[in-house]
Amino acid sequence: MLRLSCRPVRRRPTLFVALAAVVASLAGIPLVQAQDVAASVRQAERTRIATIANASQAAVAIFAGEAGGGSGVLVSPDGYALTNFHVVQPAGVAMKCGLADGRLYDAVLVGLDPTGDVALVKLLGRDDFPSAELADSDLVEVGDFCFAAGNPFLLATDFQPSISAGIVSGVHRYQFPAGTILEYADCLQVDAAINPGNSGGALFDARGRVIGVNGRASFEKRGRVNVGVGYAISANQLRNFLGFLKGGRLVDHATLGATVATAEDGRVMVSDILESSDAYRRGLRYDDEIVSLAGRNVRTVNAFKNVLGTLPAGWRVPLVFRRAGRRMEIVVRLSAVHRQAELAKIVAGEHPAGKDRGPDEAPEDKQADRKEPVPPLPEAVRGLYASRSGFTNHHFNLVERDRVARALAQRVDVGGRRGTWRFAGRLASGEPFRIELSDTKGLIDLPTGTSTVDATGELDANPSPPGSGGMLAALLLWRRLLLDGPPQLGRTDYWGKQPLDPMALGELSSPVMIDVLETAVAGVEAHFAVAADGAVIRIDLWPAPDADPCEVVLVSPAPEAGLADGVPGMIEVRHGDKAFGTFIIQEAVFDPAPAEGEAASAGEVTS
Amino acid sequence: MRGSIPAVVMMAVKTMAVAMVVGLSLPSATMLAPVAVAAAPGETIAAAARKVVKLYGAGGVRGLEAYQSGILVSPDGRIVTVMSTVLDADEITCVLDDGRRYPATVVGVDPRRELAVLSIDGEDLPAFVLDEADPVPLGTRILALSNLFGVAVGDERVSAQHGVIAGLVPLEARRGAYEAPYRGDVYILDCTTNNPGSPGGALVDWRGRLVGMLGKELRATSTGIWLNYALPVAEVARGASEVVSGAVSQPASAAAVAFDPAALGAVFVPDVLDKTPPFIESTRAGSAAAKAGLVPDDLVVAVNGRAVSSRAAVREAIGRLGDGDPVRLTVIRGGAIVECDLGPKPLAAGTP
Repeated sequence: MLRLSCRPVRRRPTLFVALAAVVASLAGIPLVQAQDVAASVRQAERTRIATIANASQAAVAIFAGEAGGGSGVLVSPDGYALTNFHVVQPAGVAMKCGLADGRLYDAVLVGLDPTGDVALVKLLGRDDFPSAELADSDLVEVGDFCFAAGNPFLLATDFQPSISAGIVSGVHRYQFPAGTILEYADCLQVDAAINPGNSGGALFDARGRVIGVNGRASFEKRGRVNVGVGYAISANQLRNFLGFLKGGRLVDHATLGATVATAEDGRVMVSDILESSDAYRRGLRYDDEIVSLAGRNVRTVNAFKNVLGTLPAGWRVPLVFRRAGRRMEIVVRLSAVHRQAELAKIVAGEHPAGKDRGPDEAPEDKQADRKEPVPPLPEAVRGLYASRSGFTNHHFNLVERDRVARALAQRVDVGGRRGTWRFAGRLASGEPFRIELSDTKGLIDLPTGTSTVDATGELDANPSPPGSGGMLAALLLWRRLLLDGPPQLGRTDYWGKQPLDPMALGELSSPVMIDVLETAVAGVEAHFAVAADGAVIRIDLWPAPDADPCEVVLVSPAPEAGLADGVPGMIEVRHGDKAFGTFIIQEAVFDPAPAEGEAASAGEVTS
Repeated sequence: MRGSIPAVVMMAVKTMAVAMVVGLSLPSATMLAPVAVAAAPGETIAAAARKVVKLYGAGGVRGLEAYQSGILVSPDGRIVTVMSTVLDADEITCVLDDGRRYPATVVGVDPRRELAVLSIDGEDLPAFVLDEADPVPLGTRILALSNLFGVAVGDERVSAQHGVIAGLVPLEARRGAYEAPYRGDVYILDCTTNNPGSPGGALVDWRGRLVGMLGKELRATSTGIWLNYALPVAEVARGASEVVSGAVSQPASAAAVAFDPAALGAVFVPDVLDKTPPFIESTRAGSAAAKAGLVPDDLVVAVNGRAVSSRAAVREAIGRLGDGDPVRLTVIRGGAIVECDLGPKPLAAGTP
């Protein structure tokens, strides 16, 4: 119990004047002349109001019928909107989304990241949606002004978002997952009110850029209402996963295959490591001290989890560690946290962890209805949804795969190159080499000998030339990809985006991202990294899973090399920790049609 | 005149709002600037947060966290914090903003203000100046720095929240059945500081000056509403200075705040359970307990009117009384309630 002090000697006049002021203002007497407030203050206020009004246009009110709903934010004019997994999970494939323009739009589920509690949906019917820009959340500082625009308590029945403002209370926070999902790693902590229904909505900075997606809050004993402690998934994490989400994937998070613990002196040490992990094959061992991961310093276990929690499975990232005072740098490929079947179960709500759903948790009885989640698709999203194991919505994988296919086709016209491809040049040592690629055969002539691969059969049994891990197989598949296009190359899906240069991770500016196609064909698996101009710049080929792939980097030629369009100037091949060779191409010949026998007609020749 | 909390706070907020518009009692226009754009308090927070520590001690069971916050008030490692069960530990760990860890010892406690002074073996540490400053005006913008929910570990910075001073009123609050012993003025904050881990955190103005210490998790006595409040810096300074000068009773540790009734001549049944019922086993001849008429098998149900349900609660309830305060036990004897007056609480008789 509180009461006003009975001795407010200094306070009473203030109160009195204040009350008088209230009365005066009620009477309509203007108390404050505009000039009483500094111009800079009025300008700042106008700016803030305009920024909020502008950002509100990109705010999405998501309605999932009886299952509840939440918020979202548009991040591209063609209608892609980010929200939380736990918001859309009860909604299923189709949902209704309201915007501040007062209109209700149909939306379809595109991609899910249950571990990171992120979902991507696409609003339909326009290609000029208002959208917000994703900022670099690593530049956000404690104390920065921020505001949330969302649909708390589902109040936005007119689709106008509620705004709550505050400051950034903490950065690089780690919030433990519920089971194995809904982990909030490297998140932003804010004192802007985050209530049930705010989930999935954007956290904006003072300039109206998205710095995060609100999704979680500490509630404790006061029930599920704001206590000034909300958490937002960082924009940088969202950006890392966006490529995978757009590809309709059921996205997984990454593990190093090793656990870490804090030593007594505070160092972060490897406390356990899987021998099947890439980190182990690259040389990381028990008791090594972790110095940095993905370009970010690791000084606590939380910091380690923070970095790892923002990275997608399959990315290659730099890892720096120290052993007996020696500093070592490696690049490791991160593996998946879950098995695909596990993730699918979580999404279907069958996994116990899937039921622990954060602030917007639906009542338990709603869960029971979700066993059979296949109501007929609404008219509006028909043709925009395809179910396939490992995917949230395979339709959007085809959309992305076709986009990359178009880029590949536009990069180089392969119409006159259907026959044998012949490359010749010299190795870094100056010695000559020769490569032939055709529908039937791959051949490489090296100073150490000649290797061939039968291109008509399985490719996994012959990782030629010896020591390369499968260079010929990789180049044969590259040729097939360019000639036939992704749909005809075995089972080829859009994989996602990865950094062009892993070593650029951790720098302040966001690294350049490139598209990756994933294919399973002829007994092998391969990734093709495709630059924005349609050039294949990297191939990773696995003759066997859980083994080192053959890594082929295709480098564009210098203009003066005079090579035909689409011919790499240099091919670098690595396997495991070893560089197999650098091939400088000086001559490329393409036969126009499959040759009958060895006597091919002279084709397009450049040298 | 009694009013409900919301009414009080609303009035304070209204007062503040009007004051802000009219420009009353606010030192400069910069304080009125909207938070947007350049006015972000990042630097203030960064400097002030270096003087806030994370404290870890006893607890960890539901509803009783094993962590709280503290404020560095001298370069050689003196820390003020709230007196709580967290300090009831053999080892209290203090983690600085830069991640350095120190064992902390309890210098002493001020049971009335529920304030404790700790010490770590440091030097050249960043520290606030504790002074008996005048209260800041209502409407002053403040920042609350604390390790709420224990989210910051190691070298991670404590959390920062923003708000305004909404009131300066006497505290009437309780936690569970216990009334807060402090009845002086506290700042009521328009800022949700009533969270686990926040107690002992720093309340600073936008220039980074210490305004107060975030209080314990308490509810208003009459309404049950969780209070967002802070002890004004002048009270913190007075409490800390009394503790250090020995003006208040000096138990060896917070655990020793509990008072052994044996000093009054009352011997209870052995304390073997979590909640051993406080039955009297015997009284020492000629002691205060014997003179008050306590006899074996008396069940103590209240100390100075405050209900107690265990031996530990009796020790704690007597411990909370000031030295020299009258001690009065309410006992049940043969189905009847009997009041026993044991006279003044002996000085410095606490034993662990």
